[in-house]
Amino acid sequence: MSARAGSPDFPGILRDSGLVALVALFLAFPLVGFHTIDQGGGAGMGIETRFPWVVVAVAAAFVGRFLQLALLRTHAPVAVERSLSRLGEVFQRNTVWIAAAAITFAIVLPMLPFADRRLVDLATLVLTYVMLGWGLNIVVGLAGLLDLGYVAFYAVGAYSFALFALHFDFTFWMALPIAGLFAAAFGVLLGFPVLRLRGDYLAIVTLGFGEIIRIILLNWYPVTRGPNGISDIPRPSFFGLEFTRRPAEGEVAFHEFFGLEYSGLHRIVFLYYLILALALITNLFTLRIRRLPIGRAWEALREDEIACRTLGINPTNTKLSAFAIGAMFGGFAGSFFAARQGFVSPESFTFVESALILAVVVLGGMGSQVGVVIAAIILVGLPEWFRDLQEYRMLVFGGAMVAIMVWRPRGLIAHRDPTVRLGVPQRPEPSA
Amino acid sequence: MEYFLQQLINGLTLGAIYGLIAIGYTMVYGIIGMINFAHGEIYMIGAFISFIAFLVLGAIGVTWVPLALAIVLVVAMLFTSVYGWTVERLAYRPLRGSFRLAPLISAIGMSIFLQNYVQLLQGARVKPLQPIVTGGFVIMEGGGFSVYLSYLQIIIIVVTTVLMAMFWAILSRTSFGRAQRACQQDRTMAGLVGVNVDRTISLTFVAGAALAAVAGLMVTLHYGVIDFFIGFLAGLKAFTAAVLGGIGSLPGAMLGGVLIGLIEAFWSAYFDVEYKDVAAFGILILVLVFKPTGLLGRPEIEKV
Repeated sequence: MSARAGSPDFPGILRDSGLVALVALFLAFPLVGFHTIDQGGGAGMGIETRFPWVVVAVAAAFVGRFLQLALLRTHAPVAVERSLSRLGEVFQRNTVWIAAAAITFAIVLPMLPFADRRLVDLATLVLTYVMLGWGLNIVVGLAGLLDLGYVAFYAVGAYSFALFALHFDFTFWMALPIAGLFAAAFGVLLGFPVLRLRGDYLAIVTLGFGEIIRIILLNWYPVTRGPNGISDIPRPSFFGLEFTRRPAEGEVAFHEFFGLEYSGLHRIVFLYYLILALALITNLFTLRIRRLPIGRAWEALREDEIACRTLGINPTNTKLSAFAIGAMFGGFAGSFFAARQGFVSPESFTFVESALILAVVVLGGMGSQVGVVIAAIILVGLPEWFRDLQEYRMLVFGGAMVAIMVWRPRGLIAHRDPTVRLGVPQRPEPSA
Repeated sequence: MEYFLQQLINGLTLGAIYGLIAIGYTMVYGIIGMINFAHGEIYMIGAFISFIAFLVLGAIGVTWVPLALAIVLVVAMLFTSVYGWTVERLAYRPLRGSFRLAPLISAIGMSIFLQNYVQLLQGARVKPLQPIVTGGFVIMEGGGFSVYLSYLQIIIIVVTTVLMAMFWAILSRTSFGRAQRACQQDRTMAGLVGVNVDRTISLTFVAGAALAAVAGLMVTLHYGVIDFFIGFLAGLKAFTAAVLGGIGSLPGAMLGGVLIGLIEAFWSAYFDVEYKDVAAFGILILVLVFKPTGLLGRPEIEKV
């Protein structure tokens, strides 16, 4: 940057902005400037021009860069940076209170007057991603293994419940542990050969694995019914009490047992509490295991693998355990997903889903539990609420991933003191 | 035998395209040690720019095929390399020296961004292009099956070979090539002896993007349909090719590309076509497990 502190160097800024505008012209001209249109009726593709858009894009690039250099320079970002860092610090100091408040809010949410069916449904969806985020956080945040195929374990969990229900009449509660076990087994199966690889190789292999699982689900027609998916998956019951208006012969429905008027909302609220409980179990597990030797080994391995090996930690086994446990929670979440939807198909388990879960973990600040919740609300809750902006959702979200990595690679409100500290406690350095 | 030969030709054509994309992965990995996840998207953008360029040329009445091909080739390489340059400048350069996974995550974000950017601007529907290069000849006949070699396949293989040779010459003969190889060996040291490291890295991205654009053009011609999602799978396969050949090695990328192309063609011919992508990923996993350095790669030495 040519601008010195003090008076802004306007000719330099103008030149720089001009260059940015030129680049923008090159970027925008072919893809923004022309639009392919399907003329239909065998006429082939036609083309139309949109040059005003190019002008707008170039002008926006010029003005944006100019303002960035002339006005913001470094002051504003530093101030925002500092306040975010402080926010993170405050969050961490008062974790217990914030967590207690958040959990209390989550528990009373369905009873609040404004909580209609749509809101509770949305909250259930957000909580599913919170749980997935917490599960993936064990792998990415704690153990530092970049897993781009997490959705594969989600799929394994969902399909194992669906298939067990279809063929052996398993109920949700019987299938839940099995789904987790299956997912963990797949985690071990995949992890065992590939975990000795370097981080970025691991990322690609897990990505490939996620695709393999999806392709198999799509094409193994006799078992998975291919793209049609599996429907009529039984809904979970409340200690054997079904949520139906008219229960089967000899069974008691939930509303009859408690002497309530039948309402479709009961099941929705029940599913909400179910995922809340599952998510909290995941969280509790993570918090506790962090303090065990294995959890400490994960974090140590993330920081420096060679040092760990010299200290006698077996990196492969340690990584494998993180991978398997993360996969297990993915499997639990998957079987919840199957139970909630009553239907599974390969379409729900694409790479975009993996990227979404990863974004929840990364944007919240890797390793931060509160960050995951906030990121899930922002990334999953808001777009669902503003459905009209659906088209732009993935665009914004990819852009946000880049921006946050560039600007705050440790996540938005990342601020975490080391779990153990040697010597006198000192103020931690602000994370760079 | 005839069937086999036909698959060999198809596989080589496909492999040439994968090889072109794989070079981008391998060079970037060689120089900054990161997987440029958005490279598949750069290739997709190259395909779209070629597609649009063909339509524009058709609209203004340039119909002589060799001229149209040459113009589109230059246009696609030019505009796509600006995309390659911008991606590096915005998403990777600020992260140099950051923690290990940061550039990779940023690359994934970039990839999602570019996919949706193209989808929003050009629509999500599959875009068909009328065949531009048609015809070919039968080179062998027998057993009720004739081996067919189309002009397009010849063009693809020739253009790819010429480009690779040119690229090879650039890397081994020019000062940019020297700087590039110096940066691969030791970036700090190269900087100390006066190599402009930032510029070299930028140029590496530009070159990779230009080759990916050619691959995009070839695919547009070869399949005649493109959509905004083609970058994902092609990128993964090209990366597999780069790993198979030994990441960081230029001949390795070409060899890996051809091998992946052949494997895919033969798998589709003799086994279940639905699972051809599984075969490619399976190979990726096997190679990484048993020979992580690939066929022509050098072992990576870990320094503390």
